[in-house]
Amino acid sequence: MTNTQFQQLWVCFGQAVSKHKDELNQLDAAIGDADHGTNLDRGLQQVLEKMQAASPATLQATCKLVAMTLLSTVGGASGALWGSGLLAAAKVFPDTDTCDDKTLTQAIQAFVDSIEQRGKAVVGDKTMLDVFVPALSSLAQDAEPITVVVPEIAAHAKEWAEATASLQAKKGRAAYLGPRSVGHIDPGATSSALWWQCLGRIIGGSV
Amino acid sequence: MKKIMNSPDTLVAEALEGLVISFPQYLKQVPGTHVLTRATPKPAGRVGLVSGGGSGHEPAHAGYVGYGMLDAAVAGEVFTSPTPDQVLEGIRVADHGAGVLLVVKNYTGDVMNFDIARELAEAEGIKVATVVVNDDVAVENSSFTTGRRGIAGTIFVHKIAGALAEQGASLEEVEAVANRVIAHVRSMGFALEPCTVPQAGQPTFTLADDEIEMGIGIHGEPGIERQKLRSAHELAQSLLEKIAMDLPLKAGDHLACMVNGMGATPLLELAALAREVSLWSKSHDMPLDVVWTGEFMTSLEMAGASLTLLPLDDTLRTLLAAPCDTPQLRQGVHHD
Repeated sequence: MTNTQFQQLWVCFGQAVSKHKDELNQLDAAIGDADHGTNLDRGLQQVLEKMQAASPATLQATCKLVAMTLLSTVGGASGALWGSGLLAAAKVFPDTDTCDDKTLTQAIQAFVDSIEQRGKAVVGDKTMLDVFVPALSSLAQDAEPITVVVPEIAAHAKEWAEATASLQAKKGRAAYLGPRSVGHIDPGATSSALWWQCLGRIIGGSV
Repeated sequence: MKKIMNSPDTLVAEALEGLVISFPQYLKQVPGTHVLTRATPKPAGRVGLVSGGGSGHEPAHAGYVGYGMLDAAVAGEVFTSPTPDQVLEGIRVADHGAGVLLVVKNYTGDVMNFDIARELAEAEGIKVATVVVNDDVAVENSSFTTGRRGIAGTIFVHKIAGALAEQGASLEEVEAVANRVIAHVRSMGFALEPCTVPQAGQPTFTLADDEIEMGIGIHGEPGIERQKLRSAHELAQSLLEKIAMDLPLKAGDHLACMVNGMGATPLLELAALAREVSLWSKSHDMPLDVVWTGEFMTSLEMAGASLTLLPLDDTLRTLLAAPCDTPQLRQGVHHD
């Protein structure tokens, strides 16, 4: 992946969250406090502005800029998770313009490890991990090149997010609802699916 | 949605400015941040107290910044945890050389953002301890989930830990007394009407004319059970029984109680609820030593109330009664 592609990923994600902002807020209203779309959108618009102003030249610099911006503008659990996850990924990305497939997988692995640690959540808790973990395991296991694998993952991402509807929340504010959280799709998993759909488009070459 | 605001995006920043304008003798803003701190800083060598969280809970937390309580309050967007860089600014301004205690309500976002801030502050050489308040008995306490929420009981932590810090106690001592309050304070609330987050524009749930939402948190999130509206007597009874069972309380325990309005409940109704608490405590032979009635930890314009009980020993009673002087709470101020 190149630095340009990585920056396109954030532009794509910013646009996607903006477009689905109300839908994310509505999902959050059912089991949380109705601000997931608003918060993530506020942070991502800042990311796009800062990326344009600073035009970071390497993958590591871009990742760090995105991490620090989300950490200081999103707030809530999402800001802490996306921010600390991307800071961990930035340590894996090289300070150069491009990285190989293996490094990209390792960076995503570092992201997932970090949010598992920070959020103390596991798969099945009805969180963003219910999209990121199956996506990462497909990516890590598949022998095909990522130009094939990532678009396949992207095609499944929405299903994984929607499958959180049947889960009872164990982490985050939705956990307080107990069994009443069942039947609602997790907003964090939904925005995570949007991220993978963007990665699929960028890596697959359709952006 | 009807609210007094220029825009949802600027409401929090404008309100923080307005708080400083309203209480200049107590508050000043750390420039360029959402941190309000004491107008007159605490003397060097005393432990600093920092709390904060999403906005929408006013007077929490800026209302408790002042002598005998907090040193700084960090405000996030409405119902959204503040970011780590903002909390770090709060820690820096509250550090007077003896370390800083963070009083955090148990929400995933708050806990994580304050944790990141603590790591950043420790990297700068500031001594930081964190206590997490989880007083809400509505939510079952399970180690497999997020655990109980922090609600109005947090203000008793501010008051008691703040009083000890003002006496010059060490960070370890202030942390220990805060944890002692947390171990014993319990709360539960209900909503008569939901609230509307300014950014969302729609109420977060709807209730029929004869329905209440039992076991609500303080973010407009739905509670644990929808029930039929009952009398003040029955409402107090069911909240207090649940709290008493959780602790558990026994005859002879001396209590402090907080009757807290959620934002749109008249004092008339809160006072009626306070009377019910008093009747209940008499019938259970648990003397009510302290009663706080009013709005302490709100949820925007939600109608409803929460009750908090804290069994008191001599230390907690003395610290709760110690003087404080903040925009919201003033006691021990002597007249001629």
